[in-house]
Amino acid sequence: MKITLKVWRQESPDEKGRFDTFRLDNIDSHMSFLEMFDVLNQQLIEEGKRPVEFDHDCREGICGMCSMYINGRPHGFQSGTTTCQLHMRHFRDGDTIVVEPWRARPFPVIKDLVVDRSPFDRIIAAGGYVSVNTGSPQDANSILVKKSDSDAAFDAASCIGCGACVAACKNASAMLFVSAKIEHLSRLPQGRVERVRRAVNMVRQMDMEGFGNCTNTGACEVECPKGIKISNIHKMNAEFFKAVWVSSEEVEA
Amino acid sequence: MSWLKGFFNSSIGRKFIMALTGLFLFLFLTEHMLANLLLLLPDNGILYNQYSHFMVNFPLIRIVEFLLFGSLIFHIIYALVLTYRNRQARPIQYAVRKPGENSSWVSRNMGFLGVILFIFLAIHLTGFFAKARITHDLGMVTINGVEMHDVYSLVKAKFEIWWFDLIYIIGFMALGAHLWHGFYSSFRTLGLRHPQYLPLFKGIGIFIAVIIPLGFAIVPIYFLINSLS
Repeated sequence: MKITLKVWRQESPDEKGRFDTFRLDNIDSHMSFLEMFDVLNQQLIEEGKRPVEFDHDCREGICGMCSMYINGRPHGFQSGTTTCQLHMRHFRDGDTIVVEPWRARPFPVIKDLVVDRSPFDRIIAAGGYVSVNTGSPQDANSILVKKSDSDAAFDAASCIGCGACVAACKNASAMLFVSAKIEHLSRLPQGRVERVRRAVNMVRQMDMEGFGNCTNTGACEVECPKGIKISNIHKMNAEFFKAVWVSSEEVEA
Repeated sequence: MSWLKGFFNSSIGRKFIMALTGLFLFLFLTEHMLANLLLLLPDNGILYNQYSHFMVNFPLIRIVEFLLFGSLIFHIIYALVLTYRNRQARPIQYAVRKPGENSSWVSRNMGFLGVILFIFLAIHLTGFFAKARITHDLGMVTINGVEMHDVYSLVKAKFEIWWFDLIYIIGFMALGAHLWHGFYSSFRTLGLRHPQYLPLFKGIGIFIAVIIPLGFAIVPIYFLINSLS
């Protein structure tokens, strides 16, 4: 396959970026999108040029590193997949593909297609955990969990923190990510204990990082590679209301 | 009271204000639309004028009116604040965008529709509300021995102008689109998450997004057609 790539290049967070155009003549249709970048980078190295920086780790769709905004969609047009699971056979011979990094003020570009997603880490650090050691996995029936709770928690827990929701949202809102973490933990007996301060602290941290506000467009849900539902955001809203208006628990301001 | 301040300065708290004020404005719209249907009665506006007279002189309605303008102002202020912050969250826009592939046009353009509605409201309020309530620049009529404003004749005269009707119909279309997303979106923001109720509210939202603008639009169309024949 012959592919023309327009890739965002940026030397450092403070410098202005630009698009570089590359022509690739020998792309195998079985390659993944990231393997195509490997080919491109090998070519650039052989030509003595600087290769394109991009994030990747597991290449099996669960690490959430590959933050590429491909032809106007996070992780490309294919639904329910990350960039490494997007294959070149879904493109046509001779296509021009535009690749950009995630665009959001809280996610500054470090270099080329690599963005800094540490705001997500700080949101997790604000409450996305269980404070006490709950020990090794429990015996199956020692702590009973309703099937519906277990399913909902598992669905939410499948969030890989890739940031596609932020990238897709017209407001660069991180609410899908934050709500998935809140839902995951507050549905389970070990996490439920801290649900009040978790909701308040994680939402506060999210706001402090400078993410936008949800307008229920539903773009995040469509673009999420793990199928996290937007209903998690509505559950988070309810969780936050309860924490602020109903709970008698004192939460540090 | 720091928790209260914290709530209303949080992203979710701000959305909460948008949702609540929006729903209150929707309630008012429903009342306004139903009352407007009195204009269609073939009684030369007697009942409509009596209704207007009652609304202006009933103290409870005066209080509700403050709530209504308050809601409108807060809805606009918070919309501006949220939009500003949303823009701030993405200083560099993507070069290639395909938003239509993951979300509806209406859901992405509530602010644009809001601006159209704001312009429409300015025209509407100066045309009717200001005349009836501030400048008292309209005729009088005596019904059952009570002298009152002849709002009916003002409405009739205005709606016989075709381009004035056109402005109204454009306004109603923007209103329908705004309600289409706004109604059920507000329930989502308020945290209503029941898997069976949410689709129901979406259905009701679409229904009201059609029925309310239609109910409003009947009135100018009725007067225009009557003036032609």
